[in-house]
Amino acid sequence: MTTAPHTETAPLAPTAPLAVPATRASGCPFDPPPSVEYARKEQPVTRATLWDGAECWLVTRYQDVREVLSDPRFSSDAKRPGFPFLTAGFKELASSNTSSFIRQDDPEHARLRRMLTADFMIKKVEAMRPQVQGIADDLLDRMTEGRTSADLVAEFALPLPSLVICLLLGVPYEDHDFFQERSRVLLNLSSTADAVRVSQDELLAYLEKLAETKRHEPDDGIVSRLAARGELSNRDIAAMGRLLLVAGHETTANMTALSTLALLRNPRQLAALREDPTLITGAVEELLRYLTIVHNGVTRVATEDVTVSGHTIRAGEGVICTINTANRDEGVFPGSGELDVSRDARRHVAFGFGVHQCLGQGLARAELQIAIETLLRRLPGLRLDIPFEDVPFRTDMGIYGVHALPIAW
Amino acid sequence: MHITVDQDKCCGAGSCVLAAPDVFDQRDEDGIVVLLEARPAAGLHEAVREAAAVCPAAAITLEQAQERV
Repeated sequence: MTTAPHTETAPLAPTAPLAVPATRASGCPFDPPPSVEYARKEQPVTRATLWDGAECWLVTRYQDVREVLSDPRFSSDAKRPGFPFLTAGFKELASSNTSSFIRQDDPEHARLRRMLTADFMIKKVEAMRPQVQGIADDLLDRMTEGRTSADLVAEFALPLPSLVICLLLGVPYEDHDFFQERSRVLLNLSSTADAVRVSQDELLAYLEKLAETKRHEPDDGIVSRLAARGELSNRDIAAMGRLLLVAGHETTANMTALSTLALLRNPRQLAALREDPTLITGAVEELLRYLTIVHNGVTRVATEDVTVSGHTIRAGEGVICTINTANRDEGVFPGSGELDVSRDARRHVAFGFGVHQCLGQGLARAELQIAIETLLRRLPGLRLDIPFEDVPFRTDMGIYGVHALPIAW
Repeated sequence: MHITVDQDKCCGAGSCVLAAPDVFDQRDEDGIVVLLEARPAAGLHEAVREAAAVCPAAAITLEQAQERV
């Protein structure tokens, strides 16, 4: 079994700073940790301690989270003193001088991000739908041929977004074992700094070599077009490529599998969605809200003194915005603890907020809509093939979900 | 309702296009917001308000007062 960095029982009424990443309650794998939910209700802006003893602020309510994430006085630059790191590995990544624009501020962030925004804009995503549908159908053909059970993660949820992002980037899919293994190390909360450094270097070296190849043998993938701009080094391209590759498949893969499990555990919601497949667009928003797989929050550091809900956050102090509790804010989402596929959940912050909000959200939405709709349509007898208690949840990973999801049909 | 958009603020997330596709589009070259209709018909107002609410970069501004003149 895997364990989260803090395994002690979460206190109901924290008097000391709250230890993060916090632990979920046993038997409640879809809910944020009780200690952070308690903070949201009673001390919405509070102090927290990290793995290395460093302290930072925890911002837990919807409006406060939106305010912090859209305020340029809160920096995403992990090289600034006081930046909060959730793990030793994340600290190593930030210090390695190969950060992509997710860890930079405007105007440099905007300059780099705008090299990619056209690739993920809505009309591009809409044009890709038939291709994504084809991939989903092929994967399900293979998964179901002559069989009545499989691991949904390995055979559908992971390969689907992985194939799509490889196509977009121009990365050969046959290398997926290589980059998926390294992604897993980068995202594992218990990876040592050394392990993270090695995986990071190998992944960057692979992508640098790919960028160099594309300079001589161009195609219409993103890596090739970035290389053709002539203003980025192979290292710059590799850093952007790593961000897209890791973010592009881990997140959607985990949302697909965890959404499937959440629907199986909420038979009425599943039935409603099966009965009216046009609910899928809204259902995906609700699943994004309810599950919020970026479960340890979004980190920033203050560059000036800023007051948030009466608390002065000083320049140089770190902040973690817990978007999972923001998405359970009763003032915005009444009955927030319930999955309700008919709810209008579009204002959720599962993709973050502010100028760093997920670049690939349009693609993620299309992939999730197609993956879940196709799965439910093609497997009417879909069920969990192991006891729910035995499902291996990713409490040990930066992106939540399940390590495997044995299903039958 | 009168809409203005700030293309410098826009981060190309595309949520306005999903919320109100008749009013907002994205520039082909860089995915930045393009306003298709600065004074949309009343039937589109709710969708436009949603688009402004979900814009992560506060790039959409709505002015209501002028409507009543």
